[in-house]
Amino acid sequence: MSIGQRLYQWWDSDFFYAFRTSPVAIVAFSVVMLLFGGALLAPLLSVMDPFDMAALNLMNGFTPPMQPNAFTGDTFLLGTDDQGRDLWSAILHGLRVSLFVGFSAVGLAMAIGISLGLLAGYLGGWVDALIMRVADVQVTFPSILIAMLIFGIARGLLPPEARNDFAIWVLILSIGLSEWVQFARTVRGTTMVEKEKEYVQAAQLLGLSRLQIMRRHILPNVMGPVLVIATITLALAIIAEATLSFLGVGAPPTQPSLGTLISIGQDFLFSGEWWILLFPALTLLALALSVNLLGDWLRDTLNPRLQ
Amino acid sequence: MLSIILSRLGQATFVLLLVALVSFSMFRFVGDPASNMLGQEASQAEREALKDRIGLNDPLPVQYARFVGNALQGDFGLSYRTREPVADMIASRLPATLELALVSALMALTMGVLLGVYTAINRNGWLAQMIMSTSLVGVSLPTFLIGVLLIWVFAVELSWLPSFGRSGTVDIGGWTTGLLTLDGWKSLVLPAVTLGLYQMTLIMRLVRAEMMEVLRQDFIKFARARGLSERRVQFGHALKNTLVPVITVAGLQLGSIVAFAIITESVFQWPGVGLMFINAVYYVDIPVMSAYLLLVGLVFVVINLIVDLLYLAIDPRIKSKQVGAGS
Amino acid sequence: MSALEVRDLTVEFPTRRGVLRALDGVSFDVEQGEILGLVGESGAGKSMTGAALMGLLEPPGRIVGGSIHLHGESVVGRAQEFRGRHFGMVFQDPLTSLNPLKTIGAQLIETIQWHFNLGAQQAELRARNALAEVGLDPDRLNAYPHEFSGGMRQRVVVALALSAEPAVLIADEPTTALDVSIQAQILDLLKALCRERNTAVILITHDMGVVAQTTDRVGVMYAGRLIEIGQTDQIINRPAHPYTQGLMASTPTLAGDVSTDLYQIAGSMPRLDAIPAGCAFNPRCTHVMPKCRSERPPMTGGRACWLEATHD
Repeated sequence: MSIGQRLYQWWDSDFFYAFRTSPVAIVAFSVVMLLFGGALLAPLLSVMDPFDMAALNLMNGFTPPMQPNAFTGDTFLLGTDDQGRDLWSAILHGLRVSLFVGFSAVGLAMAIGISLGLLAGYLGGWVDALIMRVADVQVTFPSILIAMLIFGIARGLLPPEARNDFAIWVLILSIGLSEWVQFARTVRGTTMVEKEKEYVQAAQLLGLSRLQIMRRHILPNVMGPVLVIATITLALAIIAEATLSFLGVGAPPTQPSLGTLISIGQDFLFSGEWWILLFPALTLLALALSVNLLGDWLRDTLNPRLQ
Repeated sequence: MLSIILSRLGQATFVLLLVALVSFSMFRFVGDPASNMLGQEASQAEREALKDRIGLNDPLPVQYARFVGNALQGDFGLSYRTREPVADMIASRLPATLELALVSALMALTMGVLLGVYTAINRNGWLAQMIMSTSLVGVSLPTFLIGVLLIWVFAVELSWLPSFGRSGTVDIGGWTTGLLTLDGWKSLVLPAVTLGLYQMTLIMRLVRAEMMEVLRQDFIKFARARGLSERRVQFGHALKNTLVPVITVAGLQLGSIVAFAIITESVFQWPGVGLMFINAVYYVDIPVMSAYLLLVGLVFVVINLIVDLLYLAIDPRIKSKQVGAGS
Repeated sequence: MSALEVRDLTVEFPTRRGVLRALDGVSFDVEQGEILGLVGESGAGKSMTGAALMGLLEPPGRIVGGSIHLHGESVVGRAQEFRGRHFGMVFQDPLTSLNPLKTIGAQLIETIQWHFNLGAQQAELRARNALAEVGLDPDRLNAYPHEFSGGMRQRVVVALALSAEPAVLIADEPTTALDVSIQAQILDLLKALCRERNTAVILITHDMGVVAQTTDRVGVMYAGRLIEIGQTDQIINRPAHPYTQGLMASTPTLAGDVSTDLYQIAGSMPRLDAIPAGCAFNPRCTHVMPKCRSERPPMTGGRACWLEATHD
């Protein structure tokens, strides 16, 4: 069955029906789309470039939301931070960084996981044993710890002056490398089942190469579970990115993500500027929660056995 | 029985040696240890001399063996940043982390099991359903955000508890404990709740799912058919069978508390090994990072070992199966 | 008055597709010391009858009509008080009926102490006796279920079910999961123990061989209804209801000619959401009459059928 046919099946039948009749799925999906849209259109929607130091007016610092600033009279929807940076614009740009890192990391994890899973499942033998043992040892440790370690090592390998420039890529690398195991395990399992089926053996007899068989015959069959894992992993990756950035070992100060904004906000809790913390925190929560809900719903709908 | 324990110990040692290999590779290949130790100003000759002296020119297996040998004696080298022995840094910070991890693990385990059992037994009750919905928000809330929100409510708005640091500690033979004074407990509450909440949610959901599964089984039906009350069936028969599989997962979950402590300690400026580690990552202080990795590896392996042995003690089926296979 | 009197027992399951009637007006009596077999295809309501008697219907199933009386006392709504002490039950699969994490002694003693006010030593003595009665070594009280074979485990299950000396024992396919060679042993054991204690037994099975070998009387169920009931000998050799006749004709016998094909009733039992009006068997019946399609036949003379009784 081709990918096109499978897609058509989804949209034509139960999948789309299940979506239309699930309020949770609709709300979660809408929130995710709204946040994606905001991130994509950040340059258009924001009132200033929050990271152009020249555009900032220090006099605008600590302006509460929806109230005119005492000195300049400027009003900001969500208020400003200590440097007079508009929070609305900062959140949109932060969302952009968070989502970019999240998606790229999931993409990386997926690429690694699917390739290794296909290899392990199709070739078996020592390749399978080696890949799966590494996976076993890695999942013993929480992925956030693995990501921190990789981040530290990558920083150590980079010259100090390049560390900030490459921080985003290092972040993607470390989260991507820490989340591949689930993909590999699932793909391996499906591959081992599929490769025994007649059509794959027929393809083998026809003289198709291993690579062709895997790409054309096995890959389409693992897409359902992979989509589910990707969604759940996206939530994990977004949380991991925010955590690392909050701890100061993630996004660089020049490209703050939601986690960075929250860590800045924490500094002003005691002095009463609550909005600097609250709005980025709510955005992150809305994002993580709706992606999680969507993942849960996808899992229940597409593959109830995957747990 | 003894042979099982020995084989488990063998596996544990193997995993530890593997972790040590990663740790060693980090130490050896990330950055140049010699120039890191001497600073940027040292001459090439000085560097070579140091390399010779500390054996960086020996064959790698020899270096690895020496690394493991030193680690076994508690020698992890000097921090690149503070020039202190890493072992001393860890020793002075370990009590803070262990007390934090222990208190939150205990909280996560007891509350998680209680809530899990409650929501499984009363799965259609309004309170149980509310707990379940809240728990979904709980798993989506990053640990650091929980910490920040708790600080906001309980430290800033209500001023009930301190927002950071560890106070009221008493030194008992080199172990500084915060568990003996009211101040110590007060400063422990928020970090412990932050650290335990996520694990509690996971354990609760796990216990609930497992217990509902067990309650569907035939031997439960047969216990009811013998006239035992619902309560007796739930607590006398279903609970133990629920907890056996839960032990494995919960054990591993509790292990990850040590890792999540990094985040909590950072939020609350809790002076433990996690805070030390995150600073090391930031400043690329490789000896501290690699020592921390070894430490966490040890904790995980020990927890795995305890879980295995506990399993062995609780489930009679495994014991006889293994003995049968071994004889 | 019979020991157990079941009258018009009706069980319903509310579902999204409407209310399903899983048992519809089932009535029968069982005497002390008597073994009543309940037979029928799977889904006919045999196990449902057992679960309803025990008060162990899976929710949302519930008894919506009829009565159950044990020695004149009404059971419906008070099943918990009767379970174990008055109604015992043996399930199909001995491998899953016992708690794997408790010794069989612990499970026996727990049940005994639950129903009788006995000290630890007396309860243990009783547990040992219970094991001896089912032909097991009393010293194996401290063994776990997995240390026994399937047949031995079913003996343990029987010991547990009878440990509180119930007046009625419901055995739901007690030998289906066992090796053929063990089946007869367990059935003989059940029969002997119940005769000895004067226990009333309801033996649920689909196996006509088991019925012939063990029961005194047999009830035949179809689509949630009891359609024929009578002495075992009569039901097997001179069945009156067309469905029972078909059932018997489709059962291989040792005396029968192996070369001839077994008889098969055309069609299959209706699903619970599509039971026809009148007699539930009418679409498959070879003797069907117009009346069968409109009016449900009452149970008279041991069978629920509009055919003239003269025909046999």
